[in-house]
Amino acid sequence: MIQFSGVSKKYYDNYALENLDLEIPDGEFVFLIGHSGAGKSTLLKLLIREEVPTAGKVMVDEWDVSNLEEKHIPVLRRKVGTIFQDFKLLPQRTVFENVAFPLEVMGLEDSDISETANEALKLVNLQDKAGHFPSQLSGGEAQRTSIARAVVLRPEIVLADEPTGNLDPQSAWEVMQLLTKVNSLGSTVIMATHNLDITSSLPHRRVQIEKGKIVKDSRQKGTKDQKEEKERLTETKESKN
Amino acid sequence: MAQINRLTKTATKRIQRNPYNALAAILVMFLTFFVGAIFILVSLASNVIIHYYETRPQVTAFLKDDTSLEQIEEIKNNVSKIPSVTNTKHISKEEALEIYRERNKNEPALLEFVTADILPASVEVSGNKIGDFEKIANALKSEPQVSKVVYYQEIIDTLIKVTSTVRLVGFIIVSFLLLTSVVVTLIVVGLNISLHKEEIEIMKLVGATKAYVRTPFIIEGIAYGFISALLAMGILIILYPFISPALQKQFEPIPLLPSDPLVFLLILGAEMFLGLLIGSFGAWVATRRYLEI
Repeated sequence: MIQFSGVSKKYYDNYALENLDLEIPDGEFVFLIGHSGAGKSTLLKLLIREEVPTAGKVMVDEWDVSNLEEKHIPVLRRKVGTIFQDFKLLPQRTVFENVAFPLEVMGLEDSDISETANEALKLVNLQDKAGHFPSQLSGGEAQRTSIARAVVLRPEIVLADEPTGNLDPQSAWEVMQLLTKVNSLGSTVIMATHNLDITSSLPHRRVQIEKGKIVKDSRQKGTKDQKEEKERLTETKESKN
Repeated sequence: MAQINRLTKTATKRIQRNPYNALAAILVMFLTFFVGAIFILVSLASNVIIHYYETRPQVTAFLKDDTSLEQIEEIKNNVSKIPSVTNTKHISKEEALEIYRERNKNEPALLEFVTADILPASVEVSGNKIGDFEKIANALKSEPQVSKVVYYQEIIDTLIKVTSTVRLVGFIIVSFLLLTSVVVTLIVVGLNISLHKEEIEIMKLVGATKAYVRTPFIIEGIAYGFISALLAMGILIILYPFISPALQKQFEPIPLLPSDPLVFLLILGAEMFLGLLIGSFGAWVATRRYLEI
């Protein structure tokens, strides 16, 4: 469970987030919708302790992220996979090496790294690009590599900050299918986007943020989306068990 | 162990990608260790010279030609009463000639026409207290059969002063070079950190600990230290057989410079340890300064 309680984030005199309350149960897929500067990225950064709230509390399960000791931050970040608009791939490493990177950081043996990284590449259908460098990939392939890296540690949470922002429509849909697949395997997915075509086409929860405040949350009782989402979550939990 | 290997490979790749940065750090540290090694050898040589003169018969009293054996014994007994005198020795004219011939065996021109009659007999007095040399010299001068008294006090005093000055100057220069090495390592590692900022950012995002991010840079600093120390000693060992005979000849018969390989191994060991300290410290400061971790 992810919980934001009365969270505010102020930069100088401006509030990026203001007194925000939000709950995201395990296994949910949430779109964070809003214009640039609405506060979507700030919310994601608070989850991985890249930023600290000015007020309020951010909880990830039993962890108080806002007051987390420095030595526990790397542990938190291993539970969370992150995907960015600009992919953030290491240009001097191959696709395989980029995907294997988090596994190296964990200190796994080479044989385990190879097996796990190849599984992640299979998930995103990039096995034949394993030896390529990021400069040799299309935008869609680069983002799929980024997704593979984000999920290689089988994180509980996947954060995606405008993952389709630099992609053509077809590649964007491929990425969305992958994220839906990742979600179906049990990870909570939180995706910040201003692409309304995507958000209106998928039955996931939509949380709309404007000027640092939640103005709309489709997860209200009785909404069609809420019912579909609830059914999907139930199915996901059952398949995990 | 696998993790250390991995981090060492990362450090090696970074050095290979930025060889000129590495060269700058290595050259500065090389200079530090090379100069340091030279000063160590100079210091050792100074100790050898001082020790040589301290163990030589420190006061020599030359005797008049008509001095009898009884008078010589009396002189020896009188001077032996001084507590710091450890030994007295009579050198006859013939013995003096033998010593002279041995010292100048390579200079035949100096051996021509020299006979025992020309060289004076002497009494050599050894002592264990430098401060008493003057007292011993004055005691000998008061003997009527003594024509001249020579002692190494002035030489030793001068040597001690020169050695102290050389050591102080050496210490200052080497300290300055050490500080420069630390600063240059800090700058070079800092440059490498800025070149890999993106990689570091991603490392932190995927859950790398501070130690994981920092370690390759520390290894890099240590590598600079080790390579510089090895290079400095390597070049010194190559040059040593060419330089030491010429120096040795100037200071004959004093065995001025060390010939035992153990001395060089010890200097190498000490410099590699110092290289490890300088390299790792400079790199650590750079990671604290530029990584904000």
